[in-house]
Amino acid sequence: MQGKFIEEKIFKVLMVFSTLLIIIALGTILGSIVVKGLPALSWEMLSQTPKGGFYLGKSGGILNAIAGSFYIAIGSTFFALFVSIPVALYINIYRKKFSKYSNFVRLCLDVLWGVPSIVYGALGFSLMLIIGLKTSLLAGILIVTILIIPVMIRAMDEVMKTVPKGLVEASLALGATKAETALKVVVKQTLPGIVTAILISFGRAIGDAASVMYTTGFTDNVPESIMNQAATLPLAILNLVSSPIKEVQAKAYASALVLTIIILALSIASRMLTKKYTKNKL
Amino acid sequence: MSDKTRLQFDYRLKGLMKLFTLFAVLTLFIIFIGVVFKSYPILKTNSIFHFLFSSEWFPQKEKFGLFPFIVSTLWVTAIAMVLAVPFCILASIYLSEYADKKIIGWITPLIDILAGIPSVIFGIWGIIVVVPFVRDYLAPFFGKVSTGYSLITGGIVLSVMIVPVMVNILLEVFATVSKGLKEASLSLGATKWQTIKNVLLRKAAPGIVSAIALSLSRAFGETLAVLMVVGNVTKVPHSMLDPGQPLPALIANNYGEMMSIDLYDSALLLASLVLFIIVLIFNIASRLILRKMERNLG
Repeated sequence: MQGKFIEEKIFKVLMVFSTLLIIIALGTILGSIVVKGLPALSWEMLSQTPKGGFYLGKSGGILNAIAGSFYIAIGSTFFALFVSIPVALYINIYRKKFSKYSNFVRLCLDVLWGVPSIVYGALGFSLMLIIGLKTSLLAGILIVTILIIPVMIRAMDEVMKTVPKGLVEASLALGATKAETALKVVVKQTLPGIVTAILISFGRAIGDAASVMYTTGFTDNVPESIMNQAATLPLAILNLVSSPIKEVQAKAYASALVLTIIILALSIASRMLTKKYTKNKL
Repeated sequence: MSDKTRLQFDYRLKGLMKLFTLFAVLTLFIIFIGVVFKSYPILKTNSIFHFLFSSEWFPQKEKFGLFPFIVSTLWVTAIAMVLAVPFCILASIYLSEYADKKIIGWITPLIDILAGIPSVIFGIWGIIVVVPFVRDYLAPFFGKVSTGYSLITGGIVLSVMIVPVMVNILLEVFATVSKGLKEASLSLGATKWQTIKNVLLRKAAPGIVSAIALSLSRAFGETLAVLMVVGNVTKVPHSMLDPGQPLPALIANNYGEMMSIDLYDSALLLASLVLFIIVLIFNIASRLILRKMERNLG
């Protein structure tokens, strides 16, 4: 056999090996979390707030963190939606899709996406001090909103880019204004993509810890007002796993499993939507 | 609705959209200005190079040398890149050139799931799997004793975290290489691998560089997962089995307690500034390269 074929064989083996390795890595991540987390997971974990001595291994659950995380993720996704849809429509419908300005906006958003969330958190905390906002659910929601806006806009933008020019022009030719075209034609056409964008941003909002670390604080109670401090799942996991006590660490693994399940559910939901969307397009 | 109200609505909506777009763009500049503004007080006391290369970190005595943290960051990032880059490139070539549709249909969702997993979960995985591995196998292999919480642990966790970022970009980059070019090479008698080596990889080289740069900047700023496994010791590390404390972990670990000491707050924001600038440069450069490649396709 010639050398070039042997070389190809070797590299093909390496390539398959690399792909398998990536799958195995993902497998051990999910596997280890399930194996370690499932035994400690109970209804009590999900339905109760931490009781006295929870951090020493006594009874209680992480309802405070689950509630806090959902409040933050829902609140921030809601606010981000109000900014993201207009921006995505603006750079795709009002401006030419690939005009200099639209591309500049995209570049800025991509860069924002890359800014580490700890920078958002640190700077957000400084800003809060300046305007006199205390660590609270509201502060957390605002910071996370700013954090997920670039993610959401870019996800919507990717879908809106694919809307055929003819569709927009047909609507305009019938006498619709750009606003009507944007809201009634483009939004309708890209609705599944918009929902996917919302789910992706929701996942990012619920999983991010560095940005809420100092802006939301931590509490053992379910927040009752937007000005209360709130616990979040990632921070609860971090607190629990830092404990030297085995039972408490087990609770961290169980909480990690809860967070993983939420993320997986979001991921599967958005995938199903995308699938449906692609089917409609054909 | 009368035409007048319709047009008015259009006009107002356009104004609103313009405003929001401006807001989204300005966020970037506001963050930049904010970080510069907050780190200005400490930059007044000494030059930036002093802080970058001094290893004296004693906040109580107002000494804020960032060198130990910068070295830790470089170690962790370098380990992650060395581990991740070859595998990602090979896997991406396989997925874009060899794998049939069925396999791709299985693997891309998996990579998307990997992309969506929050960093705290990677941290937990690091504690469950990677820390014992380093403690019981890797450190003894090098004849050292380690708690398992070390730079290499952070690097391994990071390397897995950047896989989805890199693979996704690489797949996009490989897709921009024109089919005709590859077919021309094949029709001249080159094997598939020769075509990949001499056409695909050569054509995609700038894209590969930007994919690496983007994942590198992601690794640079990653906070929580690394913080959980890296040991958090303020010392200049000398080997990859030493514990360390990268810049993001430094900020996260200390930001709560900086209130009582003057300039501490400013020092931590200076650390953010360093992170921000590096991420900014890598991001802008690689995005521009990627965009150019995309445009060449169209």
